[in-house]
Amino acid sequence: MEQFFQQLTNGLAVGSIYALIALGYTMVYGVLKLINFAHSDLFTLGAYLGLTLLTSMSLTDRLGPVWGVLILAVMVMGFVALAGALLDRVAYRPLRESPRLSAVVSALGASIFLQNTVMLIYGARLLVYPSNILPKTVLHLFGLDIPLVRILVLCVSLIMMTGLYLFIQKTRIGTAIRAAAIDQGAARLMGIDVNRVILLVFMLGPSLGGAAGLMVGLYYGQVNFTMGWGYGLKAFTAAILGGIGNIPGAMVGGILLGVIEAMGAAYLSFAWKDAIAFLVLILILIVRPTGLLGERVAEKV
Amino acid sequence: MSLLSIQRLTKNFGGLTAVNNVSFDVEQGSVVGLIGPNGAGKTTVFNLITGIYQPDQGAISFEQASLLRLPTHRIVSLGIARTFQTIRLFQNMSVLENVLAGCHCRMKSGILSSMFHFPRQQREERAAIDRALKALDFVGLRDQAENLSKNLSYGNQRLLEIARALGTEPRLLVLDEPAGGMNENETAQLVSLIERIRGMGITVLLIEHDMSLVMRVCEQIVVLEYGSKIAEGSPEEIQRNERVIAAYLGTEDG
Repeated sequence: MEQFFQQLTNGLAVGSIYALIALGYTMVYGVLKLINFAHSDLFTLGAYLGLTLLTSMSLTDRLGPVWGVLILAVMVMGFVALAGALLDRVAYRPLRESPRLSAVVSALGASIFLQNTVMLIYGARLLVYPSNILPKTVLHLFGLDIPLVRILVLCVSLIMMTGLYLFIQKTRIGTAIRAAAIDQGAARLMGIDVNRVILLVFMLGPSLGGAAGLMVGLYYGQVNFTMGWGYGLKAFTAAILGGIGNIPGAMVGGILLGVIEAMGAAYLSFAWKDAIAFLVLILILIVRPTGLLGERVAEKV
Repeated sequence: MSLLSIQRLTKNFGGLTAVNNVSFDVEQGSVVGLIGPNGAGKTTVFNLITGIYQPDQGAISFEQASLLRLPTHRIVSLGIARTFQTIRLFQNMSVLENVLAGCHCRMKSGILSSMFHFPRQQREERAAIDRALKALDFVGLRDQAENLSKNLSYGNQRLLEIARALGTEPRLLVLDEPAGGMNENETAQLVSLIERIRGMGITVLLIEHDMSLVMRVCEQIVVLEYGSKIAEGSPEEIQRNERVIAAYLGTEDG
């Protein structure tokens, strides 16, 4: 039983990271019906930028761990949001009127470009985050030993996801994003600047992805330039699992995938954990082709 | 002085001239009807006014300022709102949220104040909700505010489209077949609604096939056939006009 709960907390933490990245995929898909393959590389960029800023500015030495990491997170999210905006401007906006396949090819190209840029700048070997940033405290809760960092990752992710959900549901800009996702033409005719909505989506998604990259760096302590591939694939899977285009779906899908993966690794076979995760995806899609929370989209006539 | 002025407007789609050298004015405070047989180019004129298409020739000006080459959302913020021939509500949003999406362009708070929920932004959101509820009250949908728009009856969806357009605070409301698919009772309500909209000082330009509605609410009617204007005048003049009668009923040799 103890192992079960250990794996559950671990799965929740990893799953919440998947969920944060999945939000970026699902938001872009919601508005543009495009899979932004370069999203996983913005996640990698977040992890590397976090490392650079951490070591070059020694924020945590000057401000203490709490404020230091907080400021660091804000900076990383800001920079990655800018990179996301630039990506939209350079790789996607010129292709807005083109067939969707062109944009998909552009997305793949942007992904390769970003990944190789990170490799050229930082080198191909894995880099290590300083290990003294966050306390190594282990909490004893309900008879379990849980590292503080794991709880922090889960809490911070949940706060960001709740914030995004409220922003999308409750504010006028959120309403504009939802309106543009449903019918761009009608949204324009209601006075909504759809290009600005798209730009915003390309800043919000990557800023969450960048934060996820930073958390992976802090949680696992190491980064490498191909790390986006694995996480991106899992997050993409999570977005489909929850119903792509659906924001709560990405959150549920991410967390569920993390837990399934952790349980599979613990009880079946560690080597098969990815296979188990994808098997679950396939089974769920057989039963619900639109994902857990996805709606059947009627083809427009 | 005319609120909207259309001059020598022409739009070609490949070899087809959908709108051919059409000119007419819409006076401030009036209700103008745009009629014609199917395929006459009425909706194309609406799409040209709202910037969905760019004309090949001609000019469109609103309050003396040209609308050419302005993006659609800018035209809306200048004060032109429209509804659609086929209903295009935001299906999975509530009735209230649909109208709020229309209020969007009259609100100022930016992304940061929305994220951090500054007091000024909260006041603005509340004011927008009040405004949206008033618009729903106006069309008689207030008690449906929390329902999903896709669950409304067809006639009520049409009314919601009008409420959503009113949410943008237009000076000119452009209605594309507002009575399409409505029963007699609903059409009668629509007539009184259009009169009340006009009472608010909003100018109305509408496309409609229901001639009894057009003759009742419009003071000026523009008739298109094959993309060209064939007549313009008061309902009485249009009813007597031989070219209009021929276009609608067909002639012996035509």
